[in-house]
Amino acid sequence: MAIMVTTFPRYESLLARRVRAAVGPAAFYLFLAMFVFAVLAPFVWMFISSISPQIELTNTPPDWIPQHPTLFRYQALFFGPQPGQSIPGSAAKFLAALVNSLIISLGTTVTCMVAGTLAAYAFARLAVPHRRRILLGTLFAQMMPVIVIIIPMYITMQAINPVLHLMDSHVGMILLYSGYLLPTVVWIMDSYFQTIPMELEEAAAIDGCSPLGAMVRVVLPLAGPGLVAVAAFTFLSSWNEFLMALIFTASNAKTITVAVTEFSTQFGVDYGLMATGGVIGSIPPLVLAFLLQRYVVAGLTSGSIKG
Amino acid sequence: MTRLTRMGPLQRSRLYLAIALITPAALIMLAVTLFPLLQSLYMSLVKWNLARPQTIGRFVGLDNYASTLGDPRFWDSALITVEFAVLAVALEIGLGVLIALMLNRDFRGRSFIRLLALLPWAIPPVVNGIIWKWILNPRYGALNGLLLQLGLIRSPDDYIVWLGTPTLALLMVVLADVWKETPFIVLLILAALQTVPPGIHEAARVDGAGPVRILFRITLPLIAPTLFVAIALRTIWALKSFDLIYTLTAGGPSNGTNVIGYYTYLQSFVSLDLARGAAIAYLLTFAIMGLVLVYQRLLYREVRY
Repeated sequence: MAIMVTTFPRYESLLARRVRAAVGPAAFYLFLAMFVFAVLAPFVWMFISSISPQIELTNTPPDWIPQHPTLFRYQALFFGPQPGQSIPGSAAKFLAALVNSLIISLGTTVTCMVAGTLAAYAFARLAVPHRRRILLGTLFAQMMPVIVIIIPMYITMQAINPVLHLMDSHVGMILLYSGYLLPTVVWIMDSYFQTIPMELEEAAAIDGCSPLGAMVRVVLPLAGPGLVAVAAFTFLSSWNEFLMALIFTASNAKTITVAVTEFSTQFGVDYGLMATGGVIGSIPPLVLAFLLQRYVVAGLTSGSIKG
Repeated sequence: MTRLTRMGPLQRSRLYLAIALITPAALIMLAVTLFPLLQSLYMSLVKWNLARPQTIGRFVGLDNYASTLGDPRFWDSALITVEFAVLAVALEIGLGVLIALMLNRDFRGRSFIRLLALLPWAIPPVVNGIIWKWILNPRYGALNGLLLQLGLIRSPDDYIVWLGTPTLALLMVVLADVWKETPFIVLLILAALQTVPPGIHEAARVDGAGPVRILFRITLPLIAPTLFVAIALRTIWALKSFDLIYTLTAGGPSNGTNVIGYYTYLQSFVSLDLARGAAIAYLLTFAIMGLVLVYQRLLYREVRY
């Protein structure tokens, strides 16, 4: 049957085949160009807007390529507004927000990596009772809209604030983010550890290694790339988080996602400055994502697809 | 605990080690996830309106749920949320599959495309909102400007107020969401397509199957697990949307984009009725859990074909 079909190929004239051969790649590269444009254009426009003088932003239609590119907005956000510039007052706190985001995201990443690695190793190797049920339960917590946690935490943190000062503080945000991200971190790392053959640790045990020693000397080095990917994911997630930061931070620990939404004056929203804040705020997650692109897709799917 | 006494010393020491290793993570999760979850369940059963401090804590049973379910504004918001989620997820998955199929071949710049696709995924959702709010600005926005230059809009007097009417605004929120989420779905599906052995397509073609039949009978069933995970995760996140709404439309115009995630925020932290907010949030949680159970059934049935 198969042979019969192949001996009667669908008739295609030589001309049609030539056209298809010529148009095929052209159509494909046209499609590719459209895809690249669709993905890039919105972000590139934000960047262009951030370096265009105010007057060019309000032209009709807009100047697609800035005639007189300027970095005054970047300068104002990092070094404070120069005299004579109309920059919203909230710009002065932008650098502090950037530092806050850095501290909180790093703190969250370290906390999640240490606590998460230890817990995931125990789940993967040490025959924890009800292992599967506990892991599934922690993932169920992920389905909750985060506001379910925010509402009572708001009450609790205000109540204990005279003693612990977690409201509007770095430590408070690190704790909140860690609790929110740890279930995912443990889940993904557990599945990483599963892929590492147990025999290696058994060999280490025979050579006189304790379980903890085997984890540090054998498992962690092998899981290295996975750990790096999880760390990047944790950093990115806490850097990008908005709702908790909106509720729990104010003057002291305000993060960058909250800060960029606040560039408005009594005359309206300063889009140029918002675009500048958006570009700056996107740089750390973009750098991380690009550096780790090999692990991002593989890493984040291995955890979820196992489900 | 009888099991503990029956354990050998080695087993017991391993269990103690396990407990010690899990403790730090468990403590953090208990304090800022599990305990708050139970606390907000309790709060949804009492009165807790910060604007009326004298009534806080009075037990009202299921009143918060009943009054929420009896409120037409809740149902408006629920309907908008479903419209948004269905439309966004359908577009993201449909476009994602289509683009992934197109890109699943060898071409120059393949790794560049993969890198590029991470851009919208990596940037903060808040920045996504900012980007589109500026592009869709009725007077100075890039979209109206582009349409004017392409001749699709005759003069600036005909500029479209993209976020001015409820339906159009909701479509624009969907557009922004599709821009941010689709490229990552393309990457996911591309990764799944790599695991499909190329010989299968050849065999089907030889047996006389057309490209459409190969797609629906061979390719899609083979990547079904990835597809279902993508659909499930995207639906959950779409139902919880907040950041994009907050920055792009603030729920407006006339509540046209007031999805549940935003409605809950308004009830809790603008109207200050935390009990009502907790009740709505729990209703959303139950809806998501139900959906996940349905998805899980479908997924496992689909895998064992």
